[in-house]
Amino acid sequence: MSTAPAAVGTAVSVRNLDIVIASTGTPVVQDVSFDIARGEIVGVVGESGSGKTTIGLALLGHARRGLRISGGSVLLGDDDVLALGDEERRKLRGSVVSYVPQDPASSLNPALRIGIQLREALQAHATGGEDHAARIAEMMREVALPDDPKFLKRYPHELSGGQQQRVGLAMAFANRPRLIVLDEPTTGLDVTTQAHVLSTVRELATLHDVAALYVSHDLAVVATLARRVAVMYAGRIVEVGDADDLFESSGHPYTRRLIGAIPRLTGGRSLLGIPGHAPSPGQRPKGCAFSPRCSLRIEECDAALPELRPIAPDHSARCIRAELVITQQRGIAGDPIEMPSDAEGAMPALRLTNVTASYGKFEVVHSVTLDLAARECVALVGESGSGKTTTARSVAGLHRGWTGTIKLGNEELQPSARSRSDDARRQIQYIFQNPYGSLNPRRTVGETIAQPLKVFGTATGRDADLRVGEMLERVSLTGAYANRYPDQLSGGERQRVAIARALVCEPTVLICDEVTSALDVSVQAAIVELLGNLQRDLGLAMLFVTHNLPLVRSIAQRVAVMSNGSIVELGETAQVLSNPTVEYTQQLLSDTPSLEVAAAAADADVALGDPPADPVGT
Amino acid sequence: MNPGTGGAVATAGLELATPPVKPSSLFRRSLRLWRTRIGVALVLILVLLAIFGPYLAPHSPDAFIGAPNSSPGGKAVLGTDYLGQDVLSRFLYGGRSILFMAIIATGIGLIAGVAIGLIAAYSRNAVDDVLMRGMDVIMAFPQIMLALVAVTVIGAHAWVIVAAIALTTAPRVARVTRGTAQPVVERDFVAATEAMGVPRWRILTGELLPNILGPLMVESSLRLTYSIGVIAALAFLGLSPNPNSANWGTMINENEIALSVQPWGVVIPVIALAALTMGTGLMGDGIARTAAGIDRARGEE
Repeated sequence: MSTAPAAVGTAVSVRNLDIVIASTGTPVVQDVSFDIARGEIVGVVGESGSGKTTIGLALLGHARRGLRISGGSVLLGDDDVLALGDEERRKLRGSVVSYVPQDPASSLNPALRIGIQLREALQAHATGGEDHAARIAEMMREVALPDDPKFLKRYPHELSGGQQQRVGLAMAFANRPRLIVLDEPTTGLDVTTQAHVLSTVRELATLHDVAALYVSHDLAVVATLARRVAVMYAGRIVEVGDADDLFESSGHPYTRRLIGAIPRLTGGRSLLGIPGHAPSPGQRPKGCAFSPRCSLRIEECDAALPELRPIAPDHSARCIRAELVITQQRGIAGDPIEMPSDAEGAMPALRLTNVTASYGKFEVVHSVTLDLAARECVALVGESGSGKTTTARSVAGLHRGWTGTIKLGNEELQPSARSRSDDARRQIQYIFQNPYGSLNPRRTVGETIAQPLKVFGTATGRDADLRVGEMLERVSLTGAYANRYPDQLSGGERQRVAIARALVCEPTVLICDEVTSALDVSVQAAIVELLGNLQRDLGLAMLFVTHNLPLVRSIAQRVAVMSNGSIVELGETAQVLSNPTVEYTQQLLSDTPSLEVAAAAADADVALGDPPADPVGT
Repeated sequence: MNPGTGGAVATAGLELATPPVKPSSLFRRSLRLWRTRIGVALVLILVLLAIFGPYLAPHSPDAFIGAPNSSPGGKAVLGTDYLGQDVLSRFLYGGRSILFMAIIATGIGLIAGVAIGLIAAYSRNAVDDVLMRGMDVIMAFPQIMLALVAVTVIGAHAWVIVAAIALTTAPRVARVTRGTAQPVVERDFVAATEAMGVPRWRILTGELLPNILGPLMVESSLRLTYSIGVIAALAFLGLSPNPNSANWGTMINENEIALSVQPWGVVIPVIALAALTMGTGLMGDGIARTAAGIDRARGEE
């Protein structure tokens, strides 16, 4: 990357940033350089472990414990943030640079009213004598929150996640900084809330001429927000450039594969995962770090580290075969999926009739009726709090407080799993959202998968071991995994183990509860691919619960959209996603960030629009 | 929102791949810390001393071998006590009963406490309240006071002391067990076993218990320390099963009058008790630090 002096209008210029593990000197981030102009939003995209958050923090001169910034410069105007003393750097933070962390709930002090916290943010860098009350009211209006004193007297827990993040944004913009680092601030928010927060970020950055670095693993979000994007892989920038150009004709195979892994709203097609793992720090190869996973690899790739070289105006890639990558662009989308719907007329494997579920006095699911045919995958989509997970848990017998009937074949199911027959418990299998919580950390993978065999008395001893090996291969792991413990596995591998534990029961109904939401996109693609294949090969009826609408295209034949505890729309996937009839579904679709929408918006150069009216219950 | 105040650190999340850690036993890993090693060494020395001491003693603990309160020298390496018995011999005999009673009492209290705590944590209903409020009632009495009342009313039999200490140990263990087991109960792997129809007691012993062993080890070492303290205190007050037999607590009581003339009769048992409690304390602390260190490393790297 060039080390030329920053151009006029540049707010921040990062040059040759190196960050290492303090104890061993192992490089974590290497030779990262980029500029951000005033009013510009630059997106940094990468999967977990790529070093993107580390870079975001380095812009504030901060390194996480155990890491050390070992070289390079972060020029903010004339100041090099990295060369400043602790005290000067502290003064800089919050006034010249500010930070919006991922989890708004943990960045606000739960014991202080938000008004007081906003005041503190102002006072920390105040010169004295300002009218804080007026400024606070102005700040609140900017982030589309009510500015009345009553609202300011609320505590963080009295706000919704979206409102908390808006308060975080208000505090970050409070002192009119020159640079804001946003570290995945919308992860964990619903699409509608996310859309509102993103448009707020965009407006504020433009309005106040603030340079913003937006760190995210979500390409679609970055595509809708940022004009320029840097893609990180194994601690280095592998591709950087104009967002549209980068997404349309990517010059690095990793970017290309990453885009291929993102589910699209239009056109059902299979998702392609990226085989293998990103190398961890200290194990990165001498040549191109991506080459072991790359299908275009040639010998020269491993000989030396490829340079980040320009391949188009304002577009550089760290790949020696970038031109070839661009020409092969068209092949990246997966094959269209044939969704066999031989389900017609067959007896439903699972039939929910007027299922109403409640927690204590609160009814969260109202009279849901849904059929699931054998060999059919139905997606249950909705925002958090829509009751989709409660419905799924009721089916599995994990939530007992429901009425109505759920029939498995001809058998009417009891509310709780404990009072059901062994056979019913075996036939319905549940895969949990968080693979970090669904495996007992004190059991080996083999023990975990063998547990159902023992409980249902299917197989013992040598037979059980064989079955475990068989299941591990079925989910694309090897028999060697049987002796490992969950904390030796990656998130994707854990989820595969959880799937193997479900399959070993030979279920007829598989319930997947947001099974990919904790995973990186490339891993998500691989898991969805695996589930789709298993469902088709084994003829399973599958209930796929998700908040990710585009993902539905790649797996489900039918979609049920849930809102406030009721199914508001139910139909064929293509039908519902292309021509939604219900306003709620339309809204959900339009709020969903996607690469296509981003491209379309860029073409039409759509104005940014007014801030949404405050949704006080978002 | 000032990133310098820790918000940034706390929310930075898991960015680097965690190097695989084989969950070898927590205790073995904690031995890397010097405090654990010192603790284990102290406990080991004193336990061995208490068990094998009687075989090493040069004299019978009840034999009069010289003038009362005579200084070290001659037949008595550490001098004699207020009756002219050998301090070293009485010391070597005096650990056994304390240690045995403490281990048995703590063991019973531990088993009962863990069982109650696990049931309370897993039940998530009225059973939880009934059990834990019952524990609170017992905990309202200081351990030493309850033991004193029991011994005064029933008599200073070994089983009374053991029962009183077990009864007061159980609620404290139950509280720690319930507290650490509660977040484990909410984790999905427990739900997964429920969906399979695994019997409740197997969920308690197979899923919950293995996941709270770390804090339990710390708690049990702490409880053992307190049990030793209470038994020694009772003996000091003359309330031991056999007031004439050698016992570290009794020794301190008997010889305190002669402290200025012949300190060894008091100092040696005091050192032994202090070293034992310090040892168990260091051991527990080492384990706790190791457990916290592992968690931190996982959160950070």
